[in-house]
Amino acid sequence: MKEQTTRAMWWRSPSFILDNRQQQPNDTARRDALSIPLSSPLPPSTTMADPNPNPNPNPNPLTDKISAYYQTRAAHHGVVSSDWLAQAQAAVGHLPEGDDDASNNDQGAPSGKPFSVIDEFNNWRKQPDLAEAVAAIRALAAVIRNSQATTMMELEIELKKASDSLKSWDTTSISLTAGCDLFMRYVTRTSALEYEDFNSAKTRLIERAEKFGEISYKARKIIAMLSQDFIFDGCTILVHGFSRVVLEVLKTAAQSKKLFRVFCTEGRPDRTGLRLSNELAKLDVPVKLLIDSAVAYSMDEVDMVFVGADGVVESGGIINMMGTYQIALVAHSMNKPVYVAAESYKFARLYPLDQKDMGPALRPIEFGVPIPSKVEVETSARDYTPPQYLTLLFTDLGVLTPSVVSDELIQLYL
Amino acid sequence: MDARRGSLPVPRVRQVGFFTPNAQPAPTRSQSGPPDSSSPPLSDSPASNSLSPVMIPPPRHHSDNLAAAPRPTSPLPVPEPSPFRRRGADNNNALLVGSYNPAETLLAMSPSSSHVGDGESEETMSGGWFRRSNSGKLASSLPSGTFDFSPVQSTAEALKPNKVQNPVGISAPKEQQPEAPSSSKQPKPKLTKAERRALQESQRAAKAAAKAGGGKSVAAPEEVATIKSVKQHQTQKKDAPQVAVSVAASERKGGDKSQEKERRKDAPAPRMQFDDKSRVEKAKRRSVVDQTEAKKRVELFRHLPQYEHGTQLADLESKFLQLDPMHPAIYKVGLQYLAGDISGGNARCIAMLQAFQQVVKDYSTPPEKTLPRDLTAKISSYVSFFTQCRPLSMSMGNAIRFLKNRIAKLSPSLSESESKSSICTDIDRFINEKIVLADRVIVQHASSKVKDGDVLLVYGSSCVVEMVLLHSHELGKQFRVIVVDSRPKLEGKALLRRLVAKGVHCTYTHINAVSYVMHEVTKVFLGASSVLSNGTVYSRVGTACVAMVAHAFRVPVIICCEAYKFHERVQLDSICSNELGDPDAIGKVPGRMDVNYLNDVSNSGNLQLLNLMYDATPADYVSMIVTDYGMIPPTSVPVIVREYRRDHLLI
Repeated sequence: MKEQTTRAMWWRSPSFILDNRQQQPNDTARRDALSIPLSSPLPPSTTMADPNPNPNPNPNPLTDKISAYYQTRAAHHGVVSSDWLAQAQAAVGHLPEGDDDASNNDQGAPSGKPFSVIDEFNNWRKQPDLAEAVAAIRALAAVIRNSQATTMMELEIELKKASDSLKSWDTTSISLTAGCDLFMRYVTRTSALEYEDFNSAKTRLIERAEKFGEISYKARKIIAMLSQDFIFDGCTILVHGFSRVVLEVLKTAAQSKKLFRVFCTEGRPDRTGLRLSNELAKLDVPVKLLIDSAVAYSMDEVDMVFVGADGVVESGGIINMMGTYQIALVAHSMNKPVYVAAESYKFARLYPLDQKDMGPALRPIEFGVPIPSKVEVETSARDYTPPQYLTLLFTDLGVLTPSVVSDELIQLYL
Repeated sequence: MDARRGSLPVPRVRQVGFFTPNAQPAPTRSQSGPPDSSSPPLSDSPASNSLSPVMIPPPRHHSDNLAAAPRPTSPLPVPEPSPFRRRGADNNNALLVGSYNPAETLLAMSPSSSHVGDGESEETMSGGWFRRSNSGKLASSLPSGTFDFSPVQSTAEALKPNKVQNPVGISAPKEQQPEAPSSSKQPKPKLTKAERRALQESQRAAKAAAKAGGGKSVAAPEEVATIKSVKQHQTQKKDAPQVAVSVAASERKGGDKSQEKERRKDAPAPRMQFDDKSRVEKAKRRSVVDQTEAKKRVELFRHLPQYEHGTQLADLESKFLQLDPMHPAIYKVGLQYLAGDISGGNARCIAMLQAFQQVVKDYSTPPEKTLPRDLTAKISSYVSFFTQCRPLSMSMGNAIRFLKNRIAKLSPSLSESESKSSICTDIDRFINEKIVLADRVIVQHASSKVKDGDVLLVYGSSCVVEMVLLHSHELGKQFRVIVVDSRPKLEGKALLRRLVAKGVHCTYTHINAVSYVMHEVTKVFLGASSVLSNGTVYSRVGTACVAMVAHAFRVPVIICCEAYKFHERVQLDSICSNELGDPDAIGKVPGRMDVNYLNDVSNSGNLQLLNLMYDATPADYVSMIVTDYGMIPPTSVPVIVREYRRDHLLI
C-alpha cells in the first residue's frame, strides 16, 4: 500500500497539479471562512497580526499556478509589500485573524457539517509557528478522533483517504506529503492493533498520533540543541531564507551567550531575509543583510552556511528556497561547511536527478516595473541541492551525513 | 609486481593475513625471531596485505592456510628469548622450522634436551591451538613461562612413540593431535619440584643472557650440544611445517568449530587465484571439463582463470555419455554457458535455477544419506561444473547461497517429496520475486524518470534497461535513445534492432564516440552485473568509461539493478576480480578479412591480448541506483544488503 502511495508521488504529472491548482484555492477560500479551529496548545504567535494569509489563487496575472506552500509561507513570513496588501484587500471572503479564536470546539466537527480534514488542517496551518507538516499531523490525529469507523480497516481507509486529500491539497509541499506518509507509517504500523478490541486500538492510535505530533513539534528544539556544538564563538554564519528551525538554532545559540554574527541574504522575491534579520536583531545578534547576488563576495568572511529545507530527499540532498543551490556551490568551492537544519518529517521519498526533475512550485515575482509580455520570468520557488554540496544535516534523529538520510528512509518505509 | 608474485607461491602465508588478522602482531614477530627466520613472514606479509578481501581463499583449503598458523605463533610465545629460542637463534636457519619438528631433538638428543625439544614442539602446537581462542592473552601469558612449559613433562611420555615414528613420516602428528589439546589444558601437577626448579632456572638464565648478550652470544650449554643434530635434520625440517600444520588444523577443529563454521558462512564466495600453480593443479585434477590453459597471459591478470577458447566445447560434448553423475539439465545449461548461448546476469541465473529445479525434481535420496546434506553436496558439485564452464557471476552466487540455505533449513520432519516440492516452490519464488517482479518494479520506478524530450543513452544490452525503454515508450513518452556499443560483443546491435522494431527513435554509435554524443544526452541508463557494498557498480566492460564521461558532462547516471545482485563485497578496481574473454576476439574483426594485421603477430611472444569482460564503476559516477526497493543513492547499497540479507536467505 505504501509502495503505491509513494509511487503515486513520483507519478505526479504537471497537468495534474495544474488541475488541482485551479480547483483547490477556491475551495479553501470558502472553507477558510467556515472553519473552526481547535484550541491551540501552542504559545501565542507574534505574527498573528500579519496581513492576510492570502486566499487569492491568482495574485499575479503572469502565472496561473501558484504553489500554495509558498503562498502560506509568504503569508506567514513575508514582509509586507504593497503588492500583497493590495491583493489582501482585493481578496474576498477573508476573515480577520481574531475570529479564529472565537469558536473553540475541540471536536472539530460540528453536527451540521461533516468533518473535513482540510478544514482541520487549515486551522492548524494558520499558526505561523506550526510547520505545515505538523499541522497535517495534527489534522490527521483529529481524523482518528472524529472517526465514526467501527473497524480497524475502516479507520485505516478513512485515514488513508484523509491523508490523500491532504496531500493532493498541496502537491507542491514536500513536507506535507512526507509528513502525511510518515504519520501513516508511524501510527498505523503497530502490531498491538491486531489483538485488541477496536476502542482500545483506537485510543492507542490516538495516543500514537498525538505522540507523533508532539515529537514533530519538539523536533525544532532538539535540532537547536544538537547544533549548538557547531556554533563557536566569533563565527560568522550565512543564512539563506527564513527557516524557523534555523531561527530556533540561532536563538538558542544567542541565549547561551555565544558570540557570533549572521549574514542574511535578502531572499528575493518574498524577502525572507529581511524578516529573519529583524528577528535576529531583536535577539541582539549582529546581523548584516546581503543582497542575494553578494553571496560569493562575502563568502570568505563566512565560517559556515546554515539553511533550512523544504524537503530532504532520498539522495540526502535538499529541496529548499531558490538560491540555496548556488550558495551551497559557492560554499563548497570555498571549502565552507554547509549545514542543513531539517526536521525528520521533511524526509521525503523523492529522488530528483537534477533541478527540473521535481514537481513545479511556482510563485509570483514582482520586479517593480512592468515586464514586457515577450519576456519570460523564471518563477520557480525552489531548487535542489545535491548531497555532495552539503556537509551535515541537523535533524531530530541526530546529526547526519547526507548519505544516512536514505538509510533512515529505507528503514522507515520498507 | 615481481616481488608480489615471488611471494605468491607460498599460499599459506598469504592466507594468514586474512584468517588471523589479530593473531599475529607484527612487532612481536619481528622482535622475537632472529633476522633470518623472521624475514620470510615479513617479506610475505606485504603480499598478504596487498590481497584484497576479494581474494579470499576457499574454505576447502583450510588445512593449507593453517600451515601458516604455527609460523607466526611460534615466535609469539617467546617475546623474550627463552632458552629454547636461544638455541634456535644460534643455528639461525634451523630455528623456526626446526622447532616444529618433534623428531628433530627427540632423535639425537640426550634425555634432558629431548624434554626441551618436546616442550618446544608442544608449546608451538598448543600455541597454535590456543591462538584462535585467546590470541590476545597468549602473548602476555607466555613470557612468564607458566603455561607453555607445563605440558613438557606430561607429553614427554606421550610422545615417546613419536620418537620412533617421526622420522618415518607424517603419521606422528596424527597421533599427537588428540594429545596436544588435552595436554595443553592440563594443569601443572605432573611436574616434580626439581623439574620445575630446573625449568625456572633455565628461564632465568636465559633472561639474564638476553640482557647481557643482547640476544645472540650466549647459549645454554645443552643447546650448544643440539646444534649439530639440528643441522643434520635440516632437510627434514623443510616439510616439518606441514606436519605441524595438519596437527594444528586438527587441533583447532576441536577448539572452536562453531566459530569457524560461522566465519566460513560469513565469508564471501571463495575465489581461486589462478596464478597459484599448486592449487590450479589440484583443481584441474578434480575438474570435469578438460581445459587447456592459455599460454600467454597478461601480467596483471594472471590470477584470473583463462583457458584456450573453443577447446572445451567439443571435449565436453564427447564426454557427454561418460559423465553419468551429471544431470542432463545441468549439462545442458553448462554447455550453453560455455558456448555463450545464455548470457546476461538474469538469464544465466534463471537458467541455473531452473536446471537446479530439474535436478531436485529428479532427485532421490540415496540410501543411508539425508536429503539436505546429499543434495547440498550435489549442488556444490554442479556449481563447480558451472564455474568451469564459465565463472559464476555474483548474482548467481547469491542465488546459490539462497538455495543452499533453503535446503539446509528444511524441516527434517518433511518427507522427501514434500521437501523436494518445497525447494521447487522456493526456486520458483526466487525467480518470480527477486527477478521477474523486481524487474517490473524497477521498470515502474525508472520510467518515472523518463520525461518528454529526454535523450537517453544506454550502453551494451541490459534486459532491464530495455524493459524500461520499452515501457516508457508504451506510456507514450517522447524520447530518443542513443545506443552505445563496443567491440567485440556488439550486443547493442540486438538491442537496437528490438528498439527500432518497436518504433523507438534511436541512434547507434560506438563507445569511441561517447564523448561526442554525450553533450546532448539528458540521462544515462545502465545495467549492472552486480553492485558492491561501497557502491561500486560491476558491469560490462566499458560501463565505467561511459559513466565517467557522463559524470564529466554532468549527466545523471542511473543504474538499474535488482537487489539480489547486491553483494557485500567491496572492490576498488576491476583487476582483482574479473573475467577474461577470448583474447582472439579482439584481434579479429568479423566480416573483414582484410583487417588481419594481427594474424601473424599473435603468436609472437611479446604480444598479449587482453579481453576483459567486466569493469568497476566507482560510486562517484553513479547518481542513482534503481532497484526493487526503490530509488536509492549508491551509498545505500550496504543498507539494503544489511536490512535484507536475512530476507534474501529466507524470503
